[in-house]
Amino acid sequence: MTAGMATPSPAQLRELALTEEEYHHAVRQLGRVPNQLELGMLGALWSEHCSYKTSRRLLSQLSSKGPQVVVGPGENAGVVDLGEGLLCCFKIESHNHPSAIEPVQGAATGVGGILRDVFAMGARPVALLDALRFGDLTDAAQRHRFAKVVEGVGHYGNCIGVPTVGGETYFDAAYQGNCLVNAMCVGLVTAPRLLHAVARGVGNPVLLVGADTGRDGIHGATFASVQLDEGAEERRPAVQVGNPFLEKCLMEACLELAGSSALVGLQDCGAAGLTSSCAEMARRGGVGIRLDLDQVARRELGMTPYEVMLSESQERMVLVVERGRVEEVRAVFDRWELRSDVVGEVISPEELQICSGGEMVARLPLQILVEGFLPRRPRSARPEGVARDLSAPPLAAEVPWTLEEAWLRLLASPNCADTSWIYRQYDHQVGDDTVVLPGRDAAVVRLRGRPDGLALTVDGAHRSSLLDPRRGAQLAVAEAVRNLACLGARPLALTNCLNFGDPDREEVMWQLEEAVAGLADACRQLALPVVSGNVSLYNDLSGASIPPTPVVGVVGQVDDVQRLPGPGFAAPGDHIYLVGGEGAGLGGSELQRLLGEAVLGPPPELDLELERRASEAVRQLVSERVARSAHDCSLGGLAVALAECCVEGSLGAVVRLAEAPTPSDGGFDLLFGEGSGRYLLSVEPSGGVRTEEVCSHLGVPCVRVGEVGGDSVEIVGLAQIPLAAAAEARLKGIAGAMAGPVL
Amino acid sequence: MTLKPVVNDPQGLAVTQGLHALGYPEVLGTRVGKHIQLTLTAKDRQGAESRVEEMCRRLLCNGVIEDFHFQVAEAGG
Amino acid sequence: MTWRCGIAVFPGTWSERDCAHWVELAGGEPVMLWHAERELKGADLVILPGGFAHGDYLRTGAIARFAPLMAAVREHALAGGPVLGICNGFQILCEAQLLPGALLRNSCLQFRCQTTHLRVEATRGPFLSGLESGRILTMPISHGEGRYYAPPEQLLELEAHGQVALRYCGPSGELGDEYNPNGSLQHIAGVMNREGNVLGMMPHPERACEPLLGSEDGLHLLRAALALVGAS
Repeated sequence: MTAGMATPSPAQLRELALTEEEYHHAVRQLGRVPNQLELGMLGALWSEHCSYKTSRRLLSQLSSKGPQVVVGPGENAGVVDLGEGLLCCFKIESHNHPSAIEPVQGAATGVGGILRDVFAMGARPVALLDALRFGDLTDAAQRHRFAKVVEGVGHYGNCIGVPTVGGETYFDAAYQGNCLVNAMCVGLVTAPRLLHAVARGVGNPVLLVGADTGRDGIHGATFASVQLDEGAEERRPAVQVGNPFLEKCLMEACLELAGSSALVGLQDCGAAGLTSSCAEMARRGGVGIRLDLDQVARRELGMTPYEVMLSESQERMVLVVERGRVEEVRAVFDRWELRSDVVGEVISPEELQICSGGEMVARLPLQILVEGFLPRRPRSARPEGVARDLSAPPLAAEVPWTLEEAWLRLLASPNCADTSWIYRQYDHQVGDDTVVLPGRDAAVVRLRGRPDGLALTVDGAHRSSLLDPRRGAQLAVAEAVRNLACLGARPLALTNCLNFGDPDREEVMWQLEEAVAGLADACRQLALPVVSGNVSLYNDLSGASIPPTPVVGVVGQVDDVQRLPGPGFAAPGDHIYLVGGEGAGLGGSELQRLLGEAVLGPPPELDLELERRASEAVRQLVSERVARSAHDCSLGGLAVALAECCVEGSLGAVVRLAEAPTPSDGGFDLLFGEGSGRYLLSVEPSGGVRTEEVCSHLGVPCVRVGEVGGDSVEIVGLAQIPLAAAAEARLKGIAGAMAGPVL
Repeated sequence: MTLKPVVNDPQGLAVTQGLHALGYPEVLGTRVGKHIQLTLTAKDRQGAESRVEEMCRRLLCNGVIEDFHFQVAEAGG
Repeated sequence: MTWRCGIAVFPGTWSERDCAHWVELAGGEPVMLWHAERELKGADLVILPGGFAHGDYLRTGAIARFAPLMAAVREHALAGGPVLGICNGFQILCEAQLLPGALLRNSCLQFRCQTTHLRVEATRGPFLSGLESGRILTMPISHGEGRYYAPPEQLLELEAHGQVALRYCGPSGELGDEYNPNGSLQHIAGVMNREGNVLGMMPHPERACEPLLGSEDGLHLLRAALALVGAS
């Protein structure tokens, strides 16, 4: 084996993402000096991305318990039981940094990665969702980035034939430097076909299948600092180019094998490539793996063991197969014209052993590799100063618009507007199962041969999070639950993607701590187990961090897909009810953003217990078909929600609010405040009694506020806009901004 | 490989617009095509040319919409 | 007796399961036909479904047309057997020269997934003979390269021989650029061969086969074909 290297310089260690302390920690645990390859492998697995060394202790607060949970965090994806032996497998993951460098490929490979996580469990992906954040669309560079990310997301999903059924996109100057691209995948698998990412059975062969291994994804700089002898190697860019066609074949081949007893375990080859997939599979199975790198098919000549072990080439999977059954497994890959090679075997010592050229070139105990990292506890501190003054009035200056003007501007804000410009670029129908298309509170995908379906949503609340990250995370969960309730769905479980800045900044670490605590709290109170997740830190540019952006994806179940409410108001004369919380508030609101004001003031109040009861009431009213439409009040408050119901149903409405506006506020807070926990329901006049009964039984405030009809949207005594103007404003919000050529 | 002159090329139009917006008003038109590099063995140049011509006609190019032209160059070794 | 509908599966095909569902709803029996095989397994009609066969690399359908299965499809088509190409299947039929013309990148340069209205132009051949001319069908499209093109003289010939099967239109059948989602010449959404037994179309009839999915219009095409196969 190659001898250990001389103590590397701090600069060399930095290139491996290791501190001096971590280096000495490694030497101490190993009882020897690691060689270059070993150090590279340790650096990769001890990186934040693989080890969660900063966030792990926080994430332990999240509970994954619940009778419906089959697999919690720690595998490729979480799994919940849908009854009758059908399981739902899902996860959300970020691809923020790659998308900032190359938006089309970064977004595309993000989708490719999350798909692999799901089919690695034996589940057929049935839906994709995305949560995206960009800077202002008034900026040409942001328009370009937005257009290209959408193109990339669409490219991969469209080509592989998995529908992109929903998502959410926000534009805020705070994401000018760092866009966020989070992708969620949902799959279905019957219980006997569920696979695990585990290596078992000493002597069983380990296969690498799919794409050849190239130099993509390896940080050229890392390589340069360690392999000092390699001067002339051509440096490759770190941008990975996805091949959705290859992944489609890989997916079909893996799903074909999912029922086979020949397959012991399957794992996606993602971040840190072969190193992490083999180490994690072996660790889970309490065994070791010996790899012979000479057997790894390469796309390029002259690759070193270091490069092979750390390559992040896309569209590769690692399989552990029962001894003696390799040929039948390979036959499946052959049929799909995919490469498959035996590259190693399961061994009993709990080590990762790497051979190359007939020599062992690395040998690391898995306990050290996978769990030997030093947990990080950066200092955290609540920020001080006026920037986060929660007692400040949310609007510093008087609003220069009338209520009508503000209403139309909000409807035309790209954050409230119609999103068809985005989702018409995504195939959202392939599979013939999407029964509620994108653009609604949640998408619904039916389950074949059964009456029920899955309701899916992703949500985040970054502006409230900026004011109070604990509240912001809770609001994101509450919003997701509300979105599901509007389709009559019961929430089953949650996946989360925590997008934050540099945790070595005290403020960011505090945000992370608060957000995770808020998430844990909301999930507990709303009885939502957290079954999978991902953390993306260091979303910074030139010293500025993104706002704390916890994004949650929630899967729910609707009992009968034939009995879903339509997208907007259904018939003239129907009564409109405001159900749920009563508070409003402009702190962190969309109106505040449109006015160019700083993010100030108290964030929306939140009563999680009331949220739970209100969602139950709405779910019940929707499932009983008492409510003919349901929509929650979120961005832009009550007035925007009302206009949306009108536009979607092509019907006007007249609403009277009991509360009078305060003289100082003039009605802005009442109309556009973003108080949590509120829904607008439309109900046939005969359904009023039942509506009030269900709400009062659950202790949920419920007020009849108006009636559907006419050709304008009116809030009596305050504001009135023509229905056509509202529709036009909504349509132009994104499409209008994107009308010109994208450079 | 280029689209036949009679075939509309919206990608080319978009590139022209983009170049105009970036301050190149002198660009009168753009046609976007495809470039394919083949590495092959052949006894002589003529042999290579006739094989490549055939490949273009059978697979690489769609005669309904595309024109092609090619150059054969000798590689080292 | 149920009629066998062969559904071609190339690496990268993705609507074969949707097509099988559609075939079953129409009362047929779906049979998957793998691209590397050379026979149609007794299929009475053949469907080439949507997807990205061979990744659509080089050009859509360019590589798929050389699949061993396509020789059998050609034989079936030339003998008058019904063949329907949907989306990618249409692109493959054009590349295989079983249908005239070619499909180019959408003029908006973006992928488009949306509901479209289609006007039935020709009412002959196995798939459209049950429908009246001018009937409006509602079906989704989902493609990045669906702009129909044929050289001017060929286009005249297509019109003269009644080979234009379907055109994109407005809700009441009116033609206009605002209803043409991809810039197809003459708003063409589907064409057939001279004989009428081979039909290619960009919209997805298999996604319009249940009220729950927004439309049942796709069933008409298959029911017409199955009735015809049954009668012969």
